[in-house]
Amino acid sequence: MAPMKILVAAKRVVDYSVRVRLTPDRTGIASDGVKMSVNPFDEIALEEALRIRERGEATQVVVATVGPPEAESQIRSLLAMGADRGIHVETGRETAPLEVAHVLFRLVQEIGPGLVILGKQAIDDDCGQTGPMLAALWDRPQATYVSKLTLSEGRVQAVREVDHGLETVELVLPAVITTDLRLNTPRFIKMPDIMKARQKPLEKRPFDGFGLDLPRLTVEAYLPPPEREAGLRLESVAELVTRLHDRGVL
Amino acid sequence: MDATLVMAEAQEGTVPLAEATLKTLAVARKIGAGPLDIAWTGTSLDPLLGQARTLAGIRRHLVFDDPRLTHPTADVMAALVGDLVRDYSHVLMPGTSFGRDVLPRLAGRVGAPAVSDVLEVLDPRRFKRGLYAGNVHAVVRVPDGVPVLLTVRLASWRPVTAEKEAQPAGIEKREVPADLPTEARFVGLERDASARPDLQSARRVVSGGRSFGSRENFALLEGLADRLNAAIGASRAAVDAGYAPNDLQVGQTGKIIAPELYMAFGISGAIQHLTGIRDAGTIVAVNKDPEAPIFKVADFGLVGDLFEVIPALLAELERQGIAR
Ligand SMILES: Cc1cc2nc3c(=O)[nH]c(=O)nc-3n(C[C@H](O)[C@H](O)[C@H](O)COP(=O)(O)OP(=O)(O)OC[C@H]3O[C@@H](n4cnc5c(N)ncnc54)[C@H](O)[C@@H]3O)c2cc1C
Ligand SMILES: Nc1ncnc2c1ncn2[C@@H]1O[C@H](COP(=O)(O)O)[C@@H](O)[C@H]1O
Repeated sequence: MAPMKILVAAKRVVDYSVRVRLTPDRTGIASDGVKMSVNPFDEIALEEALRIRERGEATQVVVATVGPPEAESQIRSLLAMGADRGIHVETGRETAPLEVAHVLFRLVQEIGPGLVILGKQAIDDDCGQTGPMLAALWDRPQATYVSKLTLSEGRVQAVREVDHGLETVELVLPAVITTDLRLNTPRFIKMPDIMKARQKPLEKRPFDGFGLDLPRLTVEAYLPPPEREAGLRLESVAELVTRLHDRGVL
Repeated sequence: MDATLVMAEAQEGTVPLAEATLKTLAVARKIGAGPLDIAWTGTSLDPLLGQARTLAGIRRHLVFDDPRLTHPTADVMAALVGDLVRDYSHVLMPGTSFGRDVLPRLAGRVGAPAVSDVLEVLDPRRFKRGLYAGNVHAVVRVPDGVPVLLTVRLASWRPVTAEKEAQPAGIEKREVPADLPTEARFVGLERDASARPDLQSARRVVSGGRSFGSRENFALLEGLADRLNAAIGASRAAVDAGYAPNDLQVGQTGKIIAPELYMAFGISGAIQHLTGIRDAGTIVAVNKDPEAPIFKVADFGLVGDLFEVIPALLAELERQGIAR
């Protein structure tokens, strides 16, 4: 088998532990001082790529992000985790899944990876679109929501978490994979690796240089979701059963 | 010219019609963009089509019936309907693992943006959807000049009911190309064999978290589920620990559900979990920590140890003569 490269796509997002709020004028999300992180699914994507490389089934892991200049901090941490090189496509504005898929497709054409691994969804926009869109542009098979990956002779077997259980599919490489939470547990970054990562190649490219002019959704308004109110504290199981019965749900 | 295509959940000739499909039809009706067609893919579809004919307001049923479509992969689906979707201003799929896999692939192929998990229709091009695990809602607009491609957040919608129509819609068998893509191959499906109601459509759900401590303990929920004819749900922590299969996970990255009754035992109420139950009718929380965030959204909260509460609950249901 020819030496295989893996491309991992990773997005900078508001950390999962932050309770996101709207700005007072409701034109966007309050972002001042908010903790930012790598999208959790994308750390899982990188971890899987690293394990494949460590098993000798891939030779190089490239990590790519499309995001603001500050996203350098996230891509550096992914280099510290073990990616061999990074590509940071810089833009000052929010990008949409279709745009990111087009950027990734260009990178795919340059790099020629055997696998592209993305997260199943970004936890900010919750779209879950970029992986399948890339697979369509590239005209290659896809496996989404993957919780187990096995490579063998130009193919990959993937176990997918679907609505009715676990589905196994086999894809001919090259292919697109999106990760689910149970694929693996990402490793912790060690201090010395943070230092070493500063030496790793990180290429910057302007998003505008890709010359994309794609149709985009516009956001007309951000709204707070309807809140649920805290209800009653009950003292006993008997009271609970009575209340539920009275409500007609038991 | 406006026209709407609903792509039904892939079927194996099962009747009744999948609830996911009926909910997607509800969204199509709400949008009301031109005549409405349904594409059915699967195998041995005749019994199902017998049912489908009773749906009102459908122009045509487009049928792709072929043994190779029993478990269609996304690339096959895109090849099958990729050209067909160009005849429509709106293409809708249910927000199931099938629809979410296929629809964005179609969007990539057509070169249009997609709207994931629509929770409200404002007009044929404007929709409400959730961001940040549902902590923010956004009104998004699909630009003119491209088709509207969307998936439906099932928990936000009620299924349409089949009504006899004076003139049932025509059924058109469509040719399935001989050269479907073969680079992705379905190998197998490991199904949860439980006879309980389906988590996504159950009227009642009893759910457990990490606090059960073992798979054996988690089985405590089964007695209660049987008694209440409820589905079983789980937090991510419980699934990660192996107490429950993955398809029972409730939340941002699991299933989003809207049962009439949701009972959470020993679940802390992380935002990612709460996203999955926002639309539940009545939420009950049982937790030994009075400060647990789940109490902030619970209609009825009981501070206590689940290992005492569950048996007590079963006894009380028995005593008050309440079952199913
Ligand atoms: C990207 C991402 C996506 C995620 N998606 C999901 C998702 O879809 N669904 C989901 O659920 N989580 C999800 N999570 C995880 C989520 O953040 C929480 O970690 C998880 O929901 C916690 O599960 P838990 O409540 O079972 O466990 P814990 O948080 O450990 O809570 C256990 C609770 O049980 C109580 N308890 C302990 N013993 C008893 C007892 N004997 N009787 C009564 N109460 C008891 C404790 O007081 C505590 O409140 C996600 C996380 C990330 C980062
Ligand atoms: N701006 C971005 N930069 C790099 N990767 C991205 C970006 N946006 C999305 N992705 C990838 O696509 C996945 C799904 O994102 P989404 O379709 O936005 O839910 C993420 O988990 C990432 O792997």
